[in-house]
Amino acid sequence: MADQPLIVARGLVKRFGDFTAVDGIDLEVARGEAFGFLGPNGAGKSSTMRMIGCVSVPTAGELRILGMDAVRDGPRIRARLGVCPQLDNLDPDLTVRENLVTYARYFGLSRAESRRRADELLDFVQLSDRANGKVEPLSGGMKRRLTIARAMVNEPDLVLLDEPTTGLDPQARHLLWERLFRLKQQGVTLVLTTHYMDEAEQLCDRLVVMDGGRIVAEGSPRSLIETYSTAEVVELRFPDGLEGIAGHAAALAGVGKRVDPLPDRVLVYVDDGDAALAEVQRRGLAPSSVLVRRSTLEDVFLHLTGRTLVD
Amino acid sequence: MALTRSAHPTFAVLERHLTLYRRVWQASVFSSFVMPVLFLLSIGIGVGGYVGSVQGVDYLSWIVPGVLASTAFQIAVGESTYAVLADFKWVRAYHAMRATPVGMADMVRGHLLYLVFRVTATVVVFLVVVVFFGGLHSPWAPVTVLVCALVTVAVAAPVAAFSASIDHDSYFALLFRLIVLPAALFSGVFFPVGQLVVGLRLLAYASPLWHAVELCRAATLGRAPAWPVWAHAGYLLVWAVAGFVLAVRAFRGRLED
Repeated sequence: MADQPLIVARGLVKRFGDFTAVDGIDLEVARGEAFGFLGPNGAGKSSTMRMIGCVSVPTAGELRILGMDAVRDGPRIRARLGVCPQLDNLDPDLTVRENLVTYARYFGLSRAESRRRADELLDFVQLSDRANGKVEPLSGGMKRRLTIARAMVNEPDLVLLDEPTTGLDPQARHLLWERLFRLKQQGVTLVLTTHYMDEAEQLCDRLVVMDGGRIVAEGSPRSLIETYSTAEVVELRFPDGLEGIAGHAAALAGVGKRVDPLPDRVLVYVDDGDAALAEVQRRGLAPSSVLVRRSTLEDVFLHLTGRTLVD
Repeated sequence: MALTRSAHPTFAVLERHLTLYRRVWQASVFSSFVMPVLFLLSIGIGVGGYVGSVQGVDYLSWIVPGVLASTAFQIAVGESTYAVLADFKWVRAYHAMRATPVGMADMVRGHLLYLVFRVTATVVVFLVVVVFFGGLHSPWAPVTVLVCALVTVAVAAPVAAFSASIDHDSYFALLFRLIVLPAALFSGVFFPVGQLVVGLRLLAYASPLWHAVELCRAATLGRAPAWPVWAHAGYLLVWAVAGFVLAVRAFRGRLED
């Protein structure tokens, strides 16, 4: 039982009318793992999360969560999940503490236990001083922390976070990441969706990249970078601005493993940045600015899902 | 309020409504408790002075049961429209519940129990006030509490189903104009439905409010209602059960994809 994956999906499909949001995905999430769904808007991340949360019925395929069937055992599974939805649904007319106590009661906890956990969790998300205040005046970051506290009220085996830090300022994001990291250290299994690469690198042990309802890559952040990108990236800008890019890109052919001309600069994917720069000089190219940086998940992401804007 | 140590999901939903109500109950005192009494005094004593007696009793005593049932009707409808739509559309409280073991039937039952609580509190206060005006004429009068609870469910359940099915609050104007207002006027609250032309009388018979008014009037005046008691009660029960089924279906339609 302990070694059984917490989530097993086989050929999971979700259709809304003619639109296929999730197009046959397979995945497994182990206990204690921090697992991420990465992808552009409309990739099918939230639809997948809603099926895992047992609030959306799969159109086809098999989905087992905590060893139970997601369709048949919905209430029993939900009793052991913590959910932090993309849209806040806190009760604005209740106090901060009442939001937690009320929610704890939905899980059948006694009043005393509900209050005890509420106070403990308010402390954990640093909202104790707001306990008796209303929810309405809280900042976005505070509301999100309260929603995460609410998701923890039933001591869940599995916590689902749908874009946990979207719309938050950097301070709020970092505080939230730090709290989520602590949960992870306590052994809580986290499943999250994000389109922030830094968030995925910070929090996820393993992730899948989704695009168009399918999983296009899977692995740890490090292994994804190794597989789909190079160790380093050289970014070159040229004095003649936008017109000459295609020519410069052609002249750079063979310097690295891949050359990616952007409207304003050329990216060269290489294993050794300094060696590549020497080669650029040897070829007599004269870029106006040069930046050598490590490859990031963002390079993987853009490589896999393309640079076309998805609205 | 503490019903069980570890809450059944239905009672957990009820508790949420009560917690919210505790913050705003002062605001509802006027509409729930003072309004019906003022209403009774102005119509019952004011209009009653001109009308004299109706069906053998003074007008005040005659409209007391009507105002009782009508108050239950108003609370049931009023609290099942914007409040329900808001918990789907803006507050998303039902979406929050959906992520927990709380089921659709629990959500509907919790809502209905809350309204039964609200109506019962109002009806009891109203009855106590009316005793001092000599408006109750039968030891059966306390049965009105049960009748009002029944009409509350019979009306609140289908209205909640309606509110859960619509996407915009402008539909409520239709509900109020085409159904609620005519029902309030032509259900035998202020005058016997026998005064109505046959077409309108049939509408009165269709209205759950008329059946509740008949039962309440029978209870406070100690006389037989227009139809057998089981027929009135049965009709209300059919509305309650059908409304409940429709409401659960509407909640499911809204929350499940």
